[in-house]
Amino acid sequence: MTSWVNLILQGALLGGYYALLASGLSFLFGVMRIINLAHGSLAVIAAYALWFIAERWGIGPFLGILAVLPVMGGLGWLLHRTVFERSLQGGELVPILSTFGLATVVDNVMFQNFGADTRSLAPYIDTFAYESWNLPGDIYIGQLAVLVFALAVLVLGGLHLLLLRTSLGRQIRAAAEDPDAARLVGINAHRIHGIATAIAVMTVALAGMSLGMRATFDPYSGSQQLVFAFEAVVIGGAGSLWGTLVGGMILGIAQSIGAQLNPQGFLIAGHLVFLVVLLARLYAIDKLGTLMRQLRRQPG
Amino acid sequence: MQRTNVHRWTKLSIASVCLVLVLQLLLAFAPLFLDANAVDRLTTLFIYGILALMWNCLAGYGGLVSVGQQAFFGLGAYAAVRLASAGVSVYPSLLLGAVLVAAISIPVGIFMLRLRAGEFAIGMWVVAELAHLLVNLDPLIQGETGTSMIALNAYDADGRRALTYWAALATMVGLAWLVFLLLRGRLGSAAQAIRDNEEAASSVGVQVLVAKRTIFILSAFGCAAAGALWVATTISFQPKTYFSVQWSAYMIFMVLVGGIGTFEGPIIGAVLFFLVETFFGASGVWYMIGLGATALVFALLLPRGIWGTFEARYGIRLLPVGYFLRSHEE
Amino acid sequence: MTLLRVEGLSAVHGLLPAVRGVSFEITEGETLALVGANGAGKTTLLRVIAGVHPVAGGRIEFDGTEITALPAHRRVADGIALVPEGRRLFPGMTVEENLRVGATSGRPGAWSLDRMREAFPQLARIWQSKASHLSGGEQQATAIGRALMANPRLLLLDEVSLGLSPKAVDGVYDSLQHLKAARTTTILVEQDLNRSLAFADRIICLLEGRIVAQGIAADMSRDQVMDHYFGAHRRAAHGVPA
Repeated sequence: MTSWVNLILQGALLGGYYALLASGLSFLFGVMRIINLAHGSLAVIAAYALWFIAERWGIGPFLGILAVLPVMGGLGWLLHRTVFERSLQGGELVPILSTFGLATVVDNVMFQNFGADTRSLAPYIDTFAYESWNLPGDIYIGQLAVLVFALAVLVLGGLHLLLLRTSLGRQIRAAAEDPDAARLVGINAHRIHGIATAIAVMTVALAGMSLGMRATFDPYSGSQQLVFAFEAVVIGGAGSLWGTLVGGMILGIAQSIGAQLNPQGFLIAGHLVFLVVLLARLYAIDKLGTLMRQLRRQPG
Repeated sequence: MQRTNVHRWTKLSIASVCLVLVLQLLLAFAPLFLDANAVDRLTTLFIYGILALMWNCLAGYGGLVSVGQQAFFGLGAYAAVRLASAGVSVYPSLLLGAVLVAAISIPVGIFMLRLRAGEFAIGMWVVAELAHLLVNLDPLIQGETGTSMIALNAYDADGRRALTYWAALATMVGLAWLVFLLLRGRLGSAAQAIRDNEEAASSVGVQVLVAKRTIFILSAFGCAAAGALWVATTISFQPKTYFSVQWSAYMIFMVLVGGIGTFEGPIIGAVLFFLVETFFGASGVWYMIGLGATALVFALLLPRGIWGTFEARYGIRLLPVGYFLRSHEE
Repeated sequence: MTLLRVEGLSAVHGLLPAVRGVSFEITEGETLALVGANGAGKTTLLRVIAGVHPVAGGRIEFDGTEITALPAHRRVADGIALVPEGRRLFPGMTVEENLRVGATSGRPGAWSLDRMREAFPQLARIWQSKASHLSGGEQQATAIGRALMANPRLLLLDEVSLGLSPKAVDGVYDSLQHLKAARTTTILVEQDLNRSLAFADRIICLLEGRIVAQGIAADMSRDQVMDHYFGAHRRAAHGVPA
């Protein structure tokens, strides 16, 4: 049925946004073992920044992002120096608590500055927000959705190449695997972590731009985005960059299907798929473990 | 010859416990000589105390940071409302609701406890979101519109206020004593061992999983009871309010500032939070910013909280949950 | 010329003192072996010199400059490289990547990836293998290579024979002979006393964090050193039966 094809296509493209959103979260976790609960809120900061630039000076988001990206990068560096670095020394629980406090502060500061109204970047990109290509078989593909998906692939690919092929990437991986040994080979772990955080927050800025263009946002949208990003990472398998793309797509597709069944179905389907995948993975790991043990006991 | 004995009570701790008992007795009689507003405020304080106690249980003793305890808070309120509307007497339905939610928390715990720290934290948040959405589906709740605990109209305002007060006081005191006794027992030692080094604890036979599950269920029960009590005070039930992550923000603030992992800490944190809310609650956004910033600062600079730092610095423990050695000359 | 001078150095492990007031020097081109029983403070001392363990007291001078407060990665840039106990390779990275990362400090010198392949043919064979898949001997060669990529002036080797088969240890020490011939200044911690005495120019014996004996390797006998391992000299002096 064509409507099902459309549904899955929309869901997959939505997954591109989730993957873009989740890439920073996944990257940061892979590098520093920090789950940044302020992740979603940072995306919303970028969205508001772009909105402000567009509203005040009439500069569209595609241009505005050129200014927002370095600023967000700097913000990421600052975040590391002030919050993440200390959190790393405190033990496993501290980063969760400190980033949660940070998220609360950020959300409410934005509320203080911008009020409760929902905003959108769509008015500033003309018709691009809803133009679509019409494919044979009654299939519609939103141009913006495709752009965001392409952006996601670019970012994930970029991060992949960075980690695998560049000196900086090697230093990041080394510092992630063994910060102590990394220092012994001359890596300034402190600086590397700062750079990694800056990179992660820049990807979040791109996600914020996408959020603003595709949909609406308000000061408290951060929580919802964090949950989506987290679900995409976990469904795809924590620690795998490309897995995040797959995870995002699965989430998007599940949500699109769920939306057909019930107005609340969009969110419910997403959460359910997340929990099911989590359960299945734990179960599979158990089964695999038992299987491995049995195989090892077999002679020959 | 020197002999070393293991003691549990000091003169200070005996005095403290006596003081606590006297205080509890006084509080029990409070509705008889305090005005309506004061009784309401104290009820709120008790509910905050329950939440702080329960979050501290999970995080401080179980080592499990959850950003989703509002799941049980909301479910407890929902269960109470549903039971009351089904004809169960109001106050028993509060307790029954909490018990039901505790029962639901058993499979949830079995599943969620297999996750690592960060995943568990946000995972519980997802559980809360899902619970919120599922409750919205109930035709009685009508989505975000919510409903009210109409059965409470059977009582007059004063009677309802007093009964809710006593229910909240009894719950808080009961849970506090329960936690106190559990900490003095095997669970307390297990929790301490798990907190220090989970692998080592497991290797000497500490039932890590059993301890964590017990703590998880207890925390769920307490949060559910708090939710049920909250709906008894406010009468109205809107899912958005009860399942809001703000409750986690409050719990984290109270426990972090008071002293995570200590017994006295959450109580101090609850009182502080109560005072801050009384004076600054009307400031709206700045109030929330202040809460978040304080939690952030404490997490980074004073992770042991006020009581934890005090306890570590001066070695004073008011309530006898630990052990110490004293050597005697013979 | 004195390359490293350590004065009154102290370090702790939590509440336990691990290094207590240690002072010694090493001249350029020398090979110094630190010996002593487990827990004598040898590894901690190396880690303090490398900069990854905090100093509780005393000072360290490298090539005339005080480096006591200098962070570890800066010491690598200055020319100190530690091959840590247990190798500590980056498990998810290949041999080549581990070696490349070793050159992070960008110090100029004789060592490069090409030279590494020539000098250590066994590494050339496993160039693209992940570090976690290597045997003990291969890991040790890679770890030493990684430290050499920093073109160090002072090489610190911590228990390079640990967990290796005798044949593998032979292989490691063959490679180390080349370094010794090239007059690379080396401090090594080695469990195998015979090897220490055979390989090093000088020996320092540590007991419970203090230096209890030192001297030229050729002048010291195995039995003499063994006595110092367990503090037999002290016990004999006090007349209490060992």
